[in-house]
Amino acid sequence: MSMQKYNPDSRKYIIIGSICLIVFIYLAQLFYIQVIRDDYKIMADNNAFLKRTLTPSRGMLYDRNGELLVFNQPAYDLTVVMKEVQPFDTLEFCTILNTSKEYLIKRLEDIKNRKINPGYSPYLPQTILTQLGEKEFGILQEFLYKFPGFYIQNQPVRKYNYPHAAHLLGYIAKADRQNILDDNYYAQGDYIGKNGVERSYESILRGEKGMEMLLRDSRGRIKGKYEDGAYDKNPVSGKDLTLSIDIELQKYGEELMQNKMGTIVMIEPSTGEILCMVVKPDYDPSLFVGRQFGNNYMQLLNDPTKPLFNRALSGTYPPGSTFKVAQGLVFLQENIITTQTAYTCHHGFLAGNRRLNCHSHYSPITLGPAIQTSCNSYFCWGLKAMLENRSKYGDSRNALDLWQGRMKDLGFGRKLGVDLPGERGGYMPNSQYYNKKYKNRWNAFTVISIAIGQGETESTPMQICNFAAQIANRGYFYTPHVVKKIRDGELDALYTQKRHSGIDHIHYNPIIEALRSAVTGGTCWKAWIPDIEICGKTGTAQNSGKDHSVFMGFAPKENPQVAIAVYVENGGWGSSFAVPIGRLMIEKYVRGEISSQSKGFEWSVLNNLTSGKRDAVQEDQHMEDD
Amino acid sequence: MPYRRINIWKTIDWWTIGLFFILIIAGWLSIYGAGYDFDRVEIFNLSGRAGNQLLWMMISVIVGFGIVMVENDWYDVFAYWIYGFIIILLIVTIFLAPEIKGSRSWLVLGPVNVQPAEFAKFATALALAKFMNQYKFKLMELKSFAIVLALITVPMLFILMQHETGSALVFLAFFIVLYREGMPGGFLLAGFCATLFFILSIKFADSAIGDTVVGEMIVLLLILTITSGLIYRVKKDKNVEKYTLLGIPALLIIAGIAYLFFPYNLNYALLAISGIVFIYVISLAVKYWLRDYLLIAVFLLLSIIFLFSVDYVFNHVLEPHHQSRIQVSLGVTNDPGGAGYNVNQSKIAIGSGGFWGKGYLNGTQTKLKYVPEQDTDFIFCTVGEEKGFVGSAIVLGLFLTLTIRLIFLAERQRYGFNRIYGYSVASIIFFHVAINIGMVIGITPVIGIPLPFFSYGGSSLLSFTMLLFIFLRLDAGRSERL
Repeated sequence: MSMQKYNPDSRKYIIIGSICLIVFIYLAQLFYIQVIRDDYKIMADNNAFLKRTLTPSRGMLYDRNGELLVFNQPAYDLTVVMKEVQPFDTLEFCTILNTSKEYLIKRLEDIKNRKINPGYSPYLPQTILTQLGEKEFGILQEFLYKFPGFYIQNQPVRKYNYPHAAHLLGYIAKADRQNILDDNYYAQGDYIGKNGVERSYESILRGEKGMEMLLRDSRGRIKGKYEDGAYDKNPVSGKDLTLSIDIELQKYGEELMQNKMGTIVMIEPSTGEILCMVVKPDYDPSLFVGRQFGNNYMQLLNDPTKPLFNRALSGTYPPGSTFKVAQGLVFLQENIITTQTAYTCHHGFLAGNRRLNCHSHYSPITLGPAIQTSCNSYFCWGLKAMLENRSKYGDSRNALDLWQGRMKDLGFGRKLGVDLPGERGGYMPNSQYYNKKYKNRWNAFTVISIAIGQGETESTPMQICNFAAQIANRGYFYTPHVVKKIRDGELDALYTQKRHSGIDHIHYNPIIEALRSAVTGGTCWKAWIPDIEICGKTGTAQNSGKDHSVFMGFAPKENPQVAIAVYVENGGWGSSFAVPIGRLMIEKYVRGEISSQSKGFEWSVLNNLTSGKRDAVQEDQHMEDD
Repeated sequence: MPYRRINIWKTIDWWTIGLFFILIIAGWLSIYGAGYDFDRVEIFNLSGRAGNQLLWMMISVIVGFGIVMVENDWYDVFAYWIYGFIIILLIVTIFLAPEIKGSRSWLVLGPVNVQPAEFAKFATALALAKFMNQYKFKLMELKSFAIVLALITVPMLFILMQHETGSALVFLAFFIVLYREGMPGGFLLAGFCATLFFILSIKFADSAIGDTVVGEMIVLLLILTITSGLIYRVKKDKNVEKYTLLGIPALLIIAGIAYLFFPYNLNYALLAISGIVFIYVISLAVKYWLRDYLLIAVFLLLSIIFLFSVDYVFNHVLEPHHQSRIQVSLGVTNDPGGAGYNVNQSKIAIGSGGFWGKGYLNGTQTKLKYVPEQDTDFIFCTVGEEKGFVGSAIVLGLFLTLTIRLIFLAERQRYGFNRIYGYSVASIIFFHVAINIGMVIGITPVIGIPLPFFSYGGSSLLSFTMLLFIFLRLDAGRSERL
């Protein structure tokens, strides 16, 4: 055989060479998986470490008088430790739990499926049913001995002491996918504030999660704490909040507004604290607790009266006649008028070929009476004078932009910064807006309806109330807010800083006198109470249907304690509902009770009856453009 | 035969003994690390696995040094007796052994279980060495080669009957010895090519460029490359070399350019080129009347037939659990929950070790029992996790050093019996290392064989010790025989 003549030496080297090659390949693979790739380290940690989250208790909510509003109530989750389960009577079990057998079986399968339930361990409690109430808990507790492996775990839920202030308090719900993506603090199953204070103060209320680092072996058994708990963290409880609202006032407001649509906002002018924020229609916040959350939520969402809509903050309306007060202040500040300036009004104002109607009163008229009687023409003349004052502003564009700036200083046309979610800014137009809309061809007449709070202007009830507070303060306001105190914490500086209105103190007196006279002998006579000096202004927010009735005011005239804005949707003229509601709310807050002479108003408001004769009609009803 | 009395303690290879001690101690520490638990068992407690292993280590060392003190030619004389005894033991085992984890390979002898398959390795090595050391022995004579094959395959067969596929495959290591002793390289090349073609065609069976199946394309290109190399090696005619080395690439380039203009199944072109080469080689065989060319033509033909029968073999011959094991280890399927669990977990354990490792006894994966069989077949995971890349490389380096040292020792033998036995030892140890570590790092299929000197288990440790120390005794006595 020719093959016999082989060379042993070369074969030795071929063998050694091959061995070295194999070892080299192995070293390369080792280097690749140990040094280059790092996902194996993560997988190893996921294998071995079970990070058990320790949930902190959520901060509680109190009203301004220390009344407990929202707290945590024990609720119970049914959990199962698969390794300990023994065959049991499923039928009896389901009867006790009031569920179907199919549901139970599916739940148990889902729990064991690591794709659905990545934290599964047959040695650790897994949740089957959440939020069992006291009653179910009681029954189950009694029979639990029959079902080894099943346990009841305390998982507190939010509990509301009052069925009021739902929009303000908000609610909590399981964090959704977006919440989890946005903030890695949240994990599947965590609760997060979804609205109201619960949402805007989420990071304070929720506290800080704790964590236990446990070692889990391949069969899911817990083998103790990693490094004796060196990496563990105790949970930090959420901070309690004292809200600025007065729950009794809130409750009274909600009673007055029952069977109506609209909103009442009250602010303490000296602090900017929101005393109440009534929104109707609303809902009982307790509906959002428990296993019926989903159903209840969908029902409210589909309700055509929009009970989930926060009209006080998110509802934008034309400010209407209440806005005339703001115009008066701006004109005075800009020296366009003095308190003595009089304009003529003959049942209306002619703007080019349009006519803004007005009601009958004497003419010519000065600022005070114009406010008192809510004269349209006066403010149209005023705005016209301002926009056409070329010597002062150059042209109307500059004048309008300056006007918009003034309005913004007064809190219109931008978000105030209220510590509640969903606030909207309303709108105050500027020259840019009209340049675009009218292709640079506009003048004072084109835009004149903004003079009386119509046209493009929009504001929220919160802004109107804040405006009233600013008048009460005679030149400044604090950003409205609902949280008065954070336990062991400080309020955002935004809520403790004065914001000046840009209007000199001196200009407020004539305005306030006019607002007072509107109560003593004008459109707001229903707000007249002998011993509380209420100042106010009615308005009508135009609407496609029936107009909304609006009241804005504050009291008392000297050392004001409260500013208020009342909107009653489709309530007709301001006076018919808004004024008496304003009167009752102010009296309730200032006096603490309703005097006998106000009982009649209370009765008619509660029974949705207006006084029949359309008094104070002189107002705004003819204000639409021709 | 003339003898010379020498002091074997002076001639014995202390380097290898040193490596042996380093390996068994490192192995023992790894076993302790793998078994380390929160309810930790005292290290010397004989009921724990580390304690047990310590006992076996002591027995092994005593046996090892006992072996060294036995007369030099004792092994040569009794080689067939030992082999015969082991064969009987293997047969007996098939019938007597209780089923443990699907295999019938453990004989229960009082308090200890013994796995005769482990001892069949050195017995076969002895018998093979004795048989091949006969005067005027010629390996490639048909009768000799048949007997050699029988010596290797008989124990293999009985071990297969015990359902110990891994231990049976170890006997393939003897082909390295046969290669060293003159078996044509073509045998190894054929085996190597068959394995490589199989792996490549399975691994890339599901990926395709247009109509071209990538697995087939790679293997066809490989076949053409190897064929060209073989033609070149014949060195008969310069022109033939030139035509081959220029012609085949030229044809490939033409096929590639044609593909750019109108895409088609490239494998048809490759098959056509293979056909041209086949006809060319046959014509060369006829022209020069040379068997080498004929063999090349046969290689080419068989390779292509093999390639296209792999699919059939894979789907119709292999059992499903073998299929899945092969697919998982080739990375074709990813099944961390099922068949891939072991390999996946061992890769996680090793991969999480990083460069320096987590430190001794700090491995979470091994501590928490994520890796199965972690003190036997998957013992290397503990090294990888706790000692990192550095520790893994050192262990691999130790095994490489041992293997090369053994080859060196084998090569210095003047007596054929010693050399053949020495090569057997080196081959068996390295085969174990390559398959075992290859398995835990996800290169080779999951074949359950222990890592020599590391894995927990008395039979394994004792049999490797005997395998090694018999050779050390032979080497120490190499100059006794004049």
